[in-house]
Amino acid sequence: MAYSDKLIEHYNNPQNVGTLDKSKNTVGTGLVGAPECGDVMRLQIEVDEATGLIKDAKFKTFGCGSAIASSSVATEWLKGKSIDEAVTIDNMAIVEELNLPPVKIHCSVLAEDAIKAAINDYRKKNGMEEFKFEESVIH
Amino acid sequence: MLKLPVYLDHNATTPCDPRVVEAMIPYFTESFGNAASRNHPFGWKAEEAVDYAREQVAKLIGADPKEIIFTSGATEADNLAIKGVFEMYAQKGNHIITCNIEHKAVLDTCKHLEKEGAEVTYLQVKPDGLIDLAELEAAIRPTTILIAIMYANNEIGTVMPMKEIGDIARKHGVLTFSDATQAVGKIPVDVTADKIDLLAMTAHKMYGPKGVGALYVRRKNPRVKVTAQMDGGGHERGMRSGTLNVPGIVGFGKACELARNEMAQDAERLSKLRDKLETSLLKLEEAYVNGNPNSRLPHVANISFKYVEGEGLLMGFNKEIALSSGSACTSASLEPSYVLKALGLGDDLAHSSLRFGLGRYTTEEQIDYTIEQVSKTVNKLREMSPLWEMFKEGVDMDSVEWQAH
Repeated sequence: MAYSDKLIEHYNNPQNVGTLDKSKNTVGTGLVGAPECGDVMRLQIEVDEATGLIKDAKFKTFGCGSAIASSSVATEWLKGKSIDEAVTIDNMAIVEELNLPPVKIHCSVLAEDAIKAAINDYRKKNGMEEFKFEESVIH
Repeated sequence: MLKLPVYLDHNATTPCDPRVVEAMIPYFTESFGNAASRNHPFGWKAEEAVDYAREQVAKLIGADPKEIIFTSGATEADNLAIKGVFEMYAQKGNHIITCNIEHKAVLDTCKHLEKEGAEVTYLQVKPDGLIDLAELEAAIRPTTILIAIMYANNEIGTVMPMKEIGDIARKHGVLTFSDATQAVGKIPVDVTADKIDLLAMTAHKMYGPKGVGALYVRRKNPRVKVTAQMDGGGHERGMRSGTLNVPGIVGFGKACELARNEMAQDAERLSKLRDKLETSLLKLEEAYVNGNPNSRLPHVANISFKYVEGEGLLMGFNKEIALSSGSACTSASLEPSYVLKALGLGDDLAHSSLRFGLGRYTTEEQIDYTIEQVSKTVNKLREMSPLWEMFKEGVDMDSVEWQAH
C-alpha cells in the first residue's frame, strides 16, 4: 500500500509530539482508542484565557503510521483556532489532507474523537457544559 | 556496501536459488513436452525429468518417490489431504483433530468440512505455541480419522513434537497429516521417523519456484488413500488431475536436493545470526520473544516490542527492511494475529510484534543494520507513545477505562 508523501512526512517528522500539564485548568486532554485495538491517541490543547484561542496542542499516539500522521495534522490545525472553530474539524478533512486509504479512515475518526474529547475535558474543567456529539459512524 | 532493501520475510516466500532457475530453464523451451504424452520423445523427456524430481523431493523427507503427489502448492496439498481423507474414510468416522495456530489453509478447510458433517477439535496451544500431548490423546475418539498438526508455525517458528504426535496417532490407529510448509528444507523432516502419513510442502519457501508443491501420501503401513478433489485425466495416481507443471517440478526437485545438501550449514549459520538479532533486540526494554525458543526453526524470531504498534514500527524502515508484523491494522476487523492471540498474548502485545525470517542469502551486515534500524525506530515511537509514557509513570494500564472503538 502506497502512502502519500504528506503522510510519510508527518510520520517521519511528526509535529507537536509531547505532553502538556494536564493539571492546569487551561489544558484539555482527550485520550481515545484502546491498546487492544492497536491504537491509542492522546491529544491535548492549551487555551489562552485572554483570547479564548488554542495556543498550543500536543499529542502522543500508539498506532500505525496513519494514526500518527492524523494526530500530527490535527494538532497543527488546532493551533490558533477558537474552541468553536476546533469542534468543526471533520475527520474527512484529515482523510483528504493525508489521502488516507479506506482501511485507514478509522485513524482520522480517532483524531476527530480525540479533538472532541480534549475540548470537552477543557469545558468540564472550566465549569462549562460538555458538547454533545453524535456517535461517530465508523467505529 | 549494504544493498537495500534487506529481505527478512523468508517465511512469506524465498527467492529462487539461481541453481534452481538454471535447472528449470530447458523445460520451458526445448524440453517442453507433456509428461503424460506416452508416445513420443518429448513426453518421455518430460516424464523422465518429473520422475527425477520426484526422487529428489522424496529423498528430502525420507519417502518413496511413488508417495509424492505434485500439486500447485501447500494450500492445495492441505485441501487435498484433509478433504481427501474426510471423504475416503467416511466409513470410519468424521472426527478431525487439529490446533488453533494452523495456517488458514488448514483451519478454513476444517471449517468447510464442518459444514459437511465433520466434527473438528481445535486443540488450544500452550503459551509457548506447542500442543499439549495429553490433551491430544484425550481428544481422540473412536470416530477420529485424522490428526492434522503443522510441523512448524509460520508466524512464530515453533516446531511441534511430531514424533510424539505420531506415536499417539499410531497407538490409536489414527492417520496423521502435517502441514510442513515451513519446516521442509529448513530442518530434518523424516516421514518414517516422525510417523507421518500425509505431509504438505511447497517449493517457494525453500528457494524453489512459486506455484508448485507436493502432498506426501504414505503407501505402506498403513496404505493411505485420498479422494481426488479435481476431476480430470487421473494424473498422479488418480489423486490429482492436471497436466504437470514440468519446469516447476524440476525446480522443486532441485531445491530439495540443494536443501538436503546445505540445510545443516544454512541452519547453523542462520541460527547464529538469528540469536545475534534476538539478543540485541531484547536489550530494548519490554521486548519479548513469542513462542518456545527451544523448539523453534533456526531462522525465525518473533518479538513483541510493548507499547509500540507493529505496523507503525514497520513504517519506520519498510523501504529498507522487508518484515512482517502480527498487527493487522489494515484489515477491516483490526484484529491482530490469531496465532499470537492463541498464545494468550494480550491484544496489545500481539499488535506490537514483528516477525523476522532469515534466509540463505542473509548476511551479518544485514542483521547489524536491522538491529540498528529497529532499535532506533522502537525508541523513537516510544517517545511518542502515550502508553510508554503511562508505563514509565507507573500507571496501571488495566485500570484505565479505554474508549474502545
